[in-house]
Amino acid sequence: MTYTKMPATNLSGSDSSAIEFVQLEAHEHPPGASTLLGFWIYLMSDCLLFAALFATFGVLGASYAGGPTPKEVFELPLVAVNTSMLLLSSITYGFAMLATHQQRIARTQFWLIITALFGAAFVGIELYEFAHLIQDGATPQRSAFLSAFFTLVATHGLHVTVGLIWMMTLMIQVGRGGLNLANVRRLTCLSMFWHFLDVIWICVFTFVYLLGTLR
Amino acid sequence: MSALLGRLSLDVFPIHEPILVATFAGVALGGITLISVLTYFQLWGYLWREWFTTIDHKRIGIMYIVMAFVMLFRGFTDAMLMRAQQVVAFGGSEGFLPPHHYDQVFTAHGVIMIFFVAMPFVTGLMNFAVPLQIGARDVSFPFLNNFSFWMTVVGALLMNTSLFVGEFAGAGWLAYPPLSGIDYSPDVGIDYYIWALQIAGIGTLLSGVNLIVTIIKLRAPGMTMMKMPIFVWTALCTNVLIVAAFPILTVVLALLSLDRYAGTHFFTNDMGGNAMMYINLIWIWGHPEVYILILPLFGVFSEVTATFSGKKIFGYTSMVYATVVITILSYLVWLHHFFTMGSGASVNSFFGITTMIISIPTGAKIFNWLFTLYRGRIRFELPMMWTLAFMITFVIGGMTGVLLAVPPADFVLHNSLFLVAHFHNVIIGGVVFGTFAGISYWFPKAFGFKLDFFWGKMSFWFWVVGFYLAFMPLYVLGLMGVTRRLRQFDDPSLQIWFVIAAIGAACIAIGILSFGIQVFVSIRRRNELRDHSGDPWDGRTLEWSTASPPPTYNFAFTPVVHETDAWWDMKQRGFRRPATGFNAIHMPRNTPAGLLLAAVAGVFGFAVVWHIWWLAGLSFSIVIAGAIFHTFNYDRDFQIEAKVVGHTEDARTQELAQFPA
Repeated sequence: MTYTKMPATNLSGSDSSAIEFVQLEAHEHPPGASTLLGFWIYLMSDCLLFAALFATFGVLGASYAGGPTPKEVFELPLVAVNTSMLLLSSITYGFAMLATHQQRIARTQFWLIITALFGAAFVGIELYEFAHLIQDGATPQRSAFLSAFFTLVATHGLHVTVGLIWMMTLMIQVGRGGLNLANVRRLTCLSMFWHFLDVIWICVFTFVYLLGTLR
Repeated sequence: MSALLGRLSLDVFPIHEPILVATFAGVALGGITLISVLTYFQLWGYLWREWFTTIDHKRIGIMYIVMAFVMLFRGFTDAMLMRAQQVVAFGGSEGFLPPHHYDQVFTAHGVIMIFFVAMPFVTGLMNFAVPLQIGARDVSFPFLNNFSFWMTVVGALLMNTSLFVGEFAGAGWLAYPPLSGIDYSPDVGIDYYIWALQIAGIGTLLSGVNLIVTIIKLRAPGMTMMKMPIFVWTALCTNVLIVAAFPILTVVLALLSLDRYAGTHFFTNDMGGNAMMYINLIWIWGHPEVYILILPLFGVFSEVTATFSGKKIFGYTSMVYATVVITILSYLVWLHHFFTMGSGASVNSFFGITTMIISIPTGAKIFNWLFTLYRGRIRFELPMMWTLAFMITFVIGGMTGVLLAVPPADFVLHNSLFLVAHFHNVIIGGVVFGTFAGISYWFPKAFGFKLDFFWGKMSFWFWVVGFYLAFMPLYVLGLMGVTRRLRQFDDPSLQIWFVIAAIGAACIAIGILSFGIQVFVSIRRRNELRDHSGDPWDGRTLEWSTASPPPTYNFAFTPVVHETDAWWDMKQRGFRRPATGFNAIHMPRNTPAGLLLAAVAGVFGFAVVWHIWWLAGLSFSIVIAGAIFHTFNYDRDFQIEAKVVGHTEDARTQELAQFPA
């Protein structure tokens, strides 16, 4: 060990305490130590993706091209039900994470299933809403407003769908490997993703639906 | 339209275009030769095991740069075609490129040079050098790194497929609608453009996330943020820009594809669409993009200037702040790309002023480099020569940039050859010169021997002289009012400038050729040029503390950092490398998953371009299923035994003893 510790020379030359230039003991990073930060940064990039879609909606949201306006097509009660589905799913995901941290596999799986059901209900109601709109002739091709509306909302819906697929994958993985470190980390990532989608939806609800009907 | 093959049919092969047929023959011949050589020397297994499936950041970095050179060849060929066309298309002559082909050539040139040459150069250099400079063993997500690389390759392949199957976009490198909309570009060109960039863009974004996390999480003990090498700082800022800008590109291209595929009205002329929205969005990505390209090279120049002046960089702190300020400001200037849109005087003034403000931190950097040179013991090695050429050239490009930032001047110069000259001035003078500086600087680290000096000088002088000959005439032409992307000219007095520009392009061609010869000659003379010390330039940062080329694990022992120039500090204080007591090292295992997923993504891209819906659905499902399947593999690491580390390090101990510095 002596050869790594060289006397430090400073101007006065009086200090001879040893300085270490390499670590002689093994330097390990626990596996996945960077994953949560990496996922956060990914989420921020996803956030900008939504920001661009919101900006597009902001610019094109009043370009009705003689077609239907938000007031005519939005059904706020339905959207309110839908919003509650997603918000409830965030709470139940929180319960799943509490169970995860207590290492209770069955309880985690139970809350994940409940969360997935709420999520699926959300996607289902959204699809119903879309079908309804299209039936009434309010298609994405009708006007720039509707193009921007469908794209923004469907992008969010697509994210929720991806989250559902991910959740099912994780339920299988937790079923097979239990709540090991890797699986807990994955559940935590999905948790961030899920809550993030909730935040995005609150913006959609406010800026697209609520403000839209006030236009 | 057939259900089986979509829009594909025998007519889509451009057999009636002699230039393309000859190119295809050349590419096919070259490809067959390459494949035969690789097969003859039985290199496939080696390439597969050691390179294609590697998760080693150094090798991935090298592969990025190799790919960039291959694409440089293609992009430069396009440039030569344009230069030749503009020389001959005078006095009633139509030249040799038909209009539709010429449009594709200038579009392809821009797309290739930015996305598949400059970007991989930059990503390659960052991938190679950043983990070494921070004393890390690899990036944070090694598998993702491999996947990112292959997504970039697949994007490039998809784009190049358009050369022989169908056609490429002809709407300029940013594909402005409504020209790029389905009404005016009904063919597959724009679709190739969209999907090539979407696929490569995923790779770029993931690699951006990866490098940010690497820099934040994996720095050696003691390396605080303000002790990081400048190159690491610039890499950090660039990757922040990547993560913040590329989602916008993803969105804007997705919206354009919705307009084209689904009949929506984001950017159409009718039904409320707004083409200027596209132009705003794409430049909100596009302006940060040019800083994504240049910032890492600012880092390279900082490293090179300090190393070859034998001094620490002048004004480290101001350099860091200048970089951060540029990062932020690069987001506030996008509108200067279209002052002529008609936003009004106030908006134009705002963006004109923010643009001019960027020249302040950039100027600060130039002065920092100059003061680093001042009273330094300057060694005129190749990296230093490129750096000096950069300083002169970039200042000229910067000044014409400030000129363009003045809205009234821009109204005159918008879309003129003056603009073309300006951005080539900064991209060649900055990004390309910087890449060559970086390559000649880190080549000995990557391969264990230096590059040949004579051919390096040849390449350098032909590039630099060629650049001035090729682009100074374009400034003149631009001031005389010649607009960009013209295929034919009436005024014969302009011709001489195009002739000079073509001579310049020919010089650059010799410069590129000289670089090829330089690499070839260096490989032949590798024993003479061998770097035994691991520190051929008397370097200052940690990458020079390990062997050349570094072992897979980079550092046998994790370095501990006390000063900004950590390795210089270690040398000054008489550090001696420990020769015993090695530990086992935990490393990720190679995997073909990234390559396979990217390949299927490429099939998806091709299928969507040609509307082969069953194949698109199938390949998309395979990518998703494959990615999920990959997550079921929990066992991705292995141990390099202490004994193996010991063997590698013992060999280095012997080499160091045999060839004392």
